[in-house]
Amino acid sequence: MDIGPIWRAMLRNKAGFILIALQIAVTLTILVNAFGIIQESTDKISTESGIDEANTFTLASVLFTDYEREQRKVLIDEDLDLIRNTPGVVNAVASNSFPLRQGGWSMSLALEPGNQTAESVNTAIYFVDEHGMETFDLGLVDGRNFLPEQVTWDDPDDNTWPAYAIITEELAKEIWPDETVSYVGKTVFISDDDPVNIVGVVDKMQAPWPNWDNVVERSMLVPQRRPSEFVRYIVRAEPGMRDQLMPEIEAALAASNKDRIIRDVRTMDHTRKLAYVGDAAMIKILGFVVLLLTLITALGIVGLTSFNVSRRTRQIGIRRALGATQPAIIRYFLIENSIVSAVGLVVGAALAIGLNIAMVEAFALEPLAWYVIPIGMLVLFIVGQFAVTGPARRASNISPAIATRSG
Amino acid sequence: MLRYYLKLGFLSIRANPALSLLMVAAIAVGIGACMTMVTVRHVMADNPIAHKNDRLFHVQVDNWNPNNPYREPNEPPEQVTYLDATRLLEAGRAHRQVISFKSDRVVQPDDDEILPFQEEVRATSADFFAMFDVPFKYGSGWDAAADRAEERVTVLSAAMNDRLYGGEDSTGRMLMMNNEPYRVAGVLDDWRPTPKFFDLNNNPYEDPEDIYTPFSVAVTGEWGSSGNNSCWKSPEEAGYASYLASECIWIQMWVELPTQADKEAYEQFLADYVTEQKELGRFPRPLNNRLSTPEEWMINQEVVDDMVSVLLALSALFLLVCLLNTIGLLLAKVIRRRNDISLRRALGASKAELFRQYIVEAGMIGGAGGLAGIGMTWLGLRGIENVFSEYDFIEHLVTMDWQMVGLAVLLAIVSSLGAALYPTWRACRVSPATTLRIQ
Repeated sequence: MDIGPIWRAMLRNKAGFILIALQIAVTLTILVNAFGIIQESTDKISTESGIDEANTFTLASVLFTDYEREQRKVLIDEDLDLIRNTPGVVNAVASNSFPLRQGGWSMSLALEPGNQTAESVNTAIYFVDEHGMETFDLGLVDGRNFLPEQVTWDDPDDNTWPAYAIITEELAKEIWPDETVSYVGKTVFISDDDPVNIVGVVDKMQAPWPNWDNVVERSMLVPQRRPSEFVRYIVRAEPGMRDQLMPEIEAALAASNKDRIIRDVRTMDHTRKLAYVGDAAMIKILGFVVLLLTLITALGIVGLTSFNVSRRTRQIGIRRALGATQPAIIRYFLIENSIVSAVGLVVGAALAIGLNIAMVEAFALEPLAWYVIPIGMLVLFIVGQFAVTGPARRASNISPAIATRSG
Repeated sequence: MLRYYLKLGFLSIRANPALSLLMVAAIAVGIGACMTMVTVRHVMADNPIAHKNDRLFHVQVDNWNPNNPYREPNEPPEQVTYLDATRLLEAGRAHRQVISFKSDRVVQPDDDEILPFQEEVRATSADFFAMFDVPFKYGSGWDAAADRAEERVTVLSAAMNDRLYGGEDSTGRMLMMNNEPYRVAGVLDDWRPTPKFFDLNNNPYEDPEDIYTPFSVAVTGEWGSSGNNSCWKSPEEAGYASYLASECIWIQMWVELPTQADKEAYEQFLADYVTEQKELGRFPRPLNNRLSTPEEWMINQEVVDDMVSVLLALSALFLLVCLLNTIGLLLAKVIRRRNDISLRRALGASKAELFRQYIVEAGMIGGAGGLAGIGMTWLGLRGIENVFSEYDFIEHLVTMDWQMVGLAVLLAIVSSLGAALYPTWRACRVSPATTLRIQ
């Protein structure tokens, strides 16, 4: 069928078609930008922390009675013995934080001793002993784990930073971008002028701040134990044992010492959920918005086409009487909708890009992936064609005899 | 005449039930989406201490790294060091001054039935309650003398008093925390500023602390901060004394300066103080002191999450789509009724009368959409509450006040009248004769 006559017929009722085209344009604008945010959030949520999340849980011990340093050390040792010797536990470690916790310790690393400079690299710090590697299930790509004699207790009279560290590959690349052979054995300076020797490199371990984009893959394990009142234990269980072990270990620790409370007993799954509440919510909200919006636009197209059909009942009857087949009538409305959609989608693509540029500038958002706009255009085009089908079918059922009646 | 137009409008709406329903639903959904985000933003950006906004100031001095600002571009640190907090407090140059931080303590209830539990405690100076207009139910806060004497006194929130003492007047009772007794000096009335303007460094929407103690007691007891803590260089030595003497920032400071003259005098005092400290080798960066009102401080700290602004922008576009939808449908209706309009014009109806008639009809649809929109907003807020249910503060961000209800109706009517303008204008342009001809 010729597009020409349809186009000329549309020009006689411009306003109505311009409105649908505009509606489609703004719908596309929202659709692709919402989808871009959904995609960004989904990517963020699905990044791995690098530890054995499925089988790991964490808890905190808070001492509220004055203990001497030595007593606190003994308590931590006893706690760890108790946990590690519980059947079903793979390993456990006391640390200041863990991935996805959203709170932790960061330090600045420099290649030269002295105050931090613009070239300094920030990293998350995890204080662990030699059990840290197995508890967190880290994959060693170079070097080795800490030796037991390299692990020391934090000393109040000595502020020097421990001389050894295991770092993530990402952090190593950040510090030594030109190194091609091995990072093991290299030295970096922390806390202004304390040298740290790299003994091992692991493939992945996220910092505790999942929303801190530029440093999330930078972590450093430090072989130091800290006898503070507040201690976090990270416990890795054998597959399937986690849920059974959680209450068991909580009760055992609570019973073993009454001068402290045990709190924040939490699976890593739960910690992950808490860390990404905002992103998960954005996915749900925007997903709903996208669906609702598409529905409203589709209903709008149905409504307007129905109107056009009933307004043109007589003309359609005449066309039928003159020999137009039913598919030809349906095709008329489909082509008409294609033209409106095409105009709306092209305008919408421009608007979508404009809005995306504005949003990337105003808020810390990623620019849209190139393929999102064509996919959005295709989806809306198909939705439009579907929306038209119903009224068009009704139009095709108009009897040719209508033509013989007047007005 | 209005009644007649209302009747005509009603008949017209009833003549096309599906179409009218679609229009009302589209407006309702659009208003609902938009008002949900407007409401959340309205609550998040509220200034709970607006009545004192011109006399309260958050204090910042720049003790940071000579090579890097605390935050680009040249923002001074968000909190102050112990050295500066205590010296500025002692100087007492403002009408009132408050320094505070939060810390974790373990509360040991008298009642053996209740297990000891950990709580966040705000360690602060005596002026806190008067400066922030904190309401008391029983007793009062403590005075500066108690601060100096390091008296173990405490103020409890109403909720904590309910939990520990069943809501009775507990002033004078002794509360055990970390095996140390504190005398209850006062119990607060319900007080939940949203956002928590006096401590935006941590989560600005969390509940205020339920327990307050003198700052001096906390420092002598070597309490660590459970809030934000940053250092640009490490303390000289290990241990609490060295931490206090360090350049680490962890204390929030506010002053009350009733007049502009007071403010200027205090700015001069701060400048003199920093200059004096520079001579002692501290403050390596250029002079960069700042006094911010609560409102300025909330904007600086970006208490409204970017995502809320993104959703607000998208929801405004959503409303636009719904309105375009309505315009299109109203237009279709007008075009379809051309004969009707023609006839009325031929019978003597003026353009002005037609205009009024169709605007009234559109207003009816807008009003219905607005009312349904309030319901939709309520549903939208419940949806937000649901997807953020992991946040225990979310319930305080999804409440609708009368202001918002009014705004929803206003927005519905304005937007539906706006949507009706073009179709109505088209209706008025229908000439009396042309369409009658075919009949």
